[in-house]
Amino acid sequence: MHIEISTAPLNPWQQLEAYQQQQTALVGKYGATAVFVGSMRDFNEGDDVAAMELEHYPEMTEKYLRDIAERAMQQWSLLDVMIVHRVGAVHPNETIVLVAVWSAHRADAFEASRQLMELLKSQAPFWKKETLDTGAMRWVEKNTPG
Amino acid sequence: MTIEVKFFASLRERLGRSGAQLDTAEAATVAEVWQRCTEEAMPANVLMAVNLEYVKAEHPVHDGDEVAFFPPVTGG
Repeated sequence: MHIEISTAPLNPWQQLEAYQQQQTALVGKYGATAVFVGSMRDFNEGDDVAAMELEHYPEMTEKYLRDIAERAMQQWSLLDVMIVHRVGAVHPNETIVLVAVWSAHRADAFEASRQLMELLKSQAPFWKKETLDTGAMRWVEKNTPG
Repeated sequence: MTIEVKFFASLRERLGRSGAQLDTAEAATVAEVWQRCTEEAMPANVLMAVNLEYVKAEHPVHDGDEVAFFPPVTGG
């Protein structure tokens, strides 16, 4: 299991490849890998967005992400879980979150990755503050339902 | 007893501080910690955590607890 909060820009595909290569216990065991990558849009609520600042509650974020990953490992038949989330200054097209799940068969990987993302979005203590193209700043007040 | 209080995001900005240390013999619940630390009524949508776990307003607090208040989360 790998849980990471990153202050630096992410390359999710490189991180995924590097992690999978180092997890030698997975070799030959997984038939399914479900990957979700969330990226920053350049629009929100009808406005052009130039940048955003992602704040978090450091100790609680790490604990919460580890808790949901451990619960998913118990609920489904999973071989491994990886969650990486950005904080700090983020710009459009940059990766915000990477969730990857490995399992023997696809149903476990698909269902667990969906639930991990829904729990992360609804309860992990992160907050986005947008800077619009006009220079105005505002807190994002709620996530989109799906 | 001493309670470490934290505020995050828009709530931190509105209150003008990221936290406080509350020394009190009075506060028995998370709601009472809020009342003693701020001048305003607790927002209906505020989320609360004690020692990094989500709780409700009536959750009891103890010496040394870390109590956090924050707005709805918007990560991912």
